[in-house]
Amino acid sequence: MAVQQLENYARPEQWAGLDLVDTDVHINLDNLRSLFPYLEARWCDYITESGMGGLASNLYPSNAPNLFLEGSRPDQGPPGSSLELLQQQLLDPWQLQYAILNCTYAVDSVHNDDFAAALARALNRWQLHEWLEQDPRLRGSAVLPLQNPAFAAKEVEWAAQHSQFVQVTVPSRSREPLGRRGFWPIYDAAQRAGLVVGVQAGGLSGNPVTPVGWATYFVEDYVSVPLAFQAQLMSFVAEGVFVQYPELTVATIEGGFSWLPPMMWRFDKDWKGLRREVPWVERPPSEVIRDHVRMTIAPLDRPDTPEFLVEVIDQLLRDDMLMFSTDYPQAHFANSADSLPEGISGDLQTKIMSGNAHATYRLG
Amino acid sequence: MTKYVVATVDEIPPGRRKVVEIAKRSIGVFNVKGNFYAIRNQCPHGGGPMCEGVTSGLVRSDKPGNYDYIMRGEIIRCPWHGWEFEIATGQSWFDPAKTKVKAYATDVESGEALARNPELSAAGFQPGPYSGETYEVEVDRDYVIVNI
Repeated sequence: MAVQQLENYARPEQWAGLDLVDTDVHINLDNLRSLFPYLEARWCDYITESGMGGLASNLYPSNAPNLFLEGSRPDQGPPGSSLELLQQQLLDPWQLQYAILNCTYAVDSVHNDDFAAALARALNRWQLHEWLEQDPRLRGSAVLPLQNPAFAAKEVEWAAQHSQFVQVTVPSRSREPLGRRGFWPIYDAAQRAGLVVGVQAGGLSGNPVTPVGWATYFVEDYVSVPLAFQAQLMSFVAEGVFVQYPELTVATIEGGFSWLPPMMWRFDKDWKGLRREVPWVERPPSEVIRDHVRMTIAPLDRPDTPEFLVEVIDQLLRDDMLMFSTDYPQAHFANSADSLPEGISGDLQTKIMSGNAHATYRLG
Repeated sequence: MTKYVVATVDEIPPGRRKVVEIAKRSIGVFNVKGNFYAIRNQCPHGGGPMCEGVTSGLVRSDKPGNYDYIMRGEIIRCPWHGWEFEIATGQSWFDPAKTKVKAYATDVESGEALARNPELSAAGFQPGPYSGETYEVEVDRDYVIVNI
């Protein structure tokens, strides 16, 4: 098969010799039946007999313009469903040291806990055998059946048995705020296993994208993505998840970060007067967030004046929070160098490109 | 330091307060479990009338869901934004080193002792609680003194 490299999609020359870790690379299932080798016969027949074609996602229209990199769609299946293309279009031309995979297959839309758990396990076994074990540069994120936190915790324990998994993921649009105590078995298992909990943009819980209900247009959905992340970070802090699990790290994936400094200002200010509600939050919320939250950078909010973004990054007051990501096969930049903020220091750039990912995911 | 007679002891029973105007300042005088404390009626945060806030306790926690409710009645919360201060010291809960409200020393003097010094000014006393008014000392009562 001919090499199918993408135009203007490769490591920029000026990054020569620097380690690069991509912390958000998406893989997709080409067909639900691809899971059958990893799924118990009971569920294979359940799918076949019911005529289930696949789990539908309404997160974005499949043909929305500019969403996926042109040329990233394999002959069969959606973008992100071919390891060969991933190698030729991302791993090789970007000279990635590691790529952290994410699979957002719509397991969270299933209402049957047992079926969701079986699908999550099958997806994770599929990821392990067909991706992680096929290329040593790949590291995995296990999908969790969030419907049932006890089952989800079991899935964390399963993932922990395979060193290729460095993360477990839950959707940002969960059925209720992720800090609530019902979800804690997941965090307990993740802390014990040393796995990062990734909060991935999206989710099919049925909750609308915005707190004021469903928006009319896709552009509103897409721009509103940070709203769910803000709610989740507030919940993690206020509920005391990081007090209970002091070793836990949460990574926000595709959630942006330019909104974080003003949210922290507001959170700290109001905590001073309202902290008696949440007495376990004994430090300013911004400190808790800075110690426990890491963020993938794509898609980058890119103001016309690049210095503005540098100022926002300065206002994070920490250089260890941001992690490079392409969000392949989604298209977020016309020129590869635009995948990083313009005008940051060399030291910070090195940390964003690889150092922060190494520290967060204990790569090595 | 000037001493101001601000109230009779029985005017401010335990758990109550009296806000007085002395030395051109608004000051809250509190009876916390039989001890008298005085703090400035101005929150160091936004300048709110702090001494009009709720007196309460302090909630601490060693883990989520555990509530350790201590110092009941010893904490004042500013009515504007809820910042919490210890009435006895004026220190804030979340930033005791930097954020505090001015606290003044208090004494309780018997009326008999005050009566032996009818010239209060000469003895270092200023009449209170209102500037220009004379506080009538009765020998069989005790008085709360604020030192400024």
